[in-house]
Amino acid sequence: MSKFKKKKDGGLAPINTASLPDIVFMLLFFFMVATVMREDTLKIKNSLPVADQIEKLDKKNPVSYIYMGKPSENYRSAGTVARIQLNDDFASVGEVASFIAAERAALREELIPFLTVSLKVDRDANMGIVGDVKQELRKVNALKINYTTGTGDVSTNME
Amino acid sequence: MAKRAAPEVNAGSMADIAFLLLIFFLVTTTIEKDSGINRKLPPIEETEPPIIKQKNIFTVLVNKNDDLLVEDEPMEIKDLRQAAIEFLDNNGDGSCAFCKGAKDPKSSDNPDKAIISLKNDRETSYAAYISVQNELVAAYNNLRNRRALEIGASKGFPKMNFIEMQALHKDVRWNGNKKKLKDLIDQIKLEIPQKLSEVVE
Repeated sequence: MSKFKKKKDGGLAPINTASLPDIVFMLLFFFMVATVMREDTLKIKNSLPVADQIEKLDKKNPVSYIYMGKPSENYRSAGTVARIQLNDDFASVGEVASFIAAERAALREELIPFLTVSLKVDRDANMGIVGDVKQELRKVNALKINYTTGTGDVSTNME
Repeated sequence: MAKRAAPEVNAGSMADIAFLLLIFFLVTTTIEKDSGINRKLPPIEETEPPIIKQKNIFTVLVNKNDDLLVEDEPMEIKDLRQAAIEFLDNNGDGSCAFCKGAKDPKSSDNPDKAIISLKNDRETSYAAYISVQNELVAAYNNLRNRRALEIGASKGFPKMNFIEMQALHKDVRWNGNKKKLKDLIDQIKLEIPQKLSEVVE
């Protein structure tokens, strides 16, 4: 019957996982504090260029986002040239004015002159579309803009 | 009577619950990029543009291949900052007391009159445009920092450059003399105004 003899020693003691929840909670809290909820689902490629002379976007003032870039893989039907995205969908240049009007309508009146438009433009987009959007913004008198960028050395932009 | 110990709660699934929450937050959130180059667009107006002397304009042209043409000479992006600083700091008419430029009569009169004109093609990539914008803003910041270090000490803000002054002014926890600092920042902004114009076809 020695076949069924229990192995008493030689087996490794199980690793104590009692502190695992603590570690995971720590990670969880880090992510909860350091990140924000996604505002829009991006349908475009949006890797921002980098710059080093940047200022923080003042979050005390209202901010509207305009995204530009090539449609991502899943939205190839929308073409391969850079498009504008407002809220959750593609838009044409002409829709920028009504978008700004809608953003302003949602604000308290005294905050309207402080509305900043953050342009999140993909680094491979052409300036043509950006210029068109800027011209539209001038027409509706939304003059405060911010070219949102990452932080880094500009020489890495051209690669 | 012996006290009976409370039965222990099985916490084995705690890690699973925490992981679930963690993954939820990883998927639904982003680390937001909330900094960039602030610009103010010019309002649309019908008034005739003022006539500006050619020597007070520093033209920067970015073509569709992202090549730079600065004052009709091709240039690398890494040299742009220095070229812009030399242009702004030139002080051709000698009216700028703090400038250290070459006083070249063919370049700008003083920082107040100097204008940088940026023109880009429709096919210019956004990355190139931002790089150029960044270098031009850097040129202004460089001069403003130098000026801030010069006059900051006499105004009660020694050893502080312009960027630090602005950061301090925005800092809500700082309880120094905000008004005095604001005046100093405005004075530097007035002495070295950011006159960056963009050409729209």
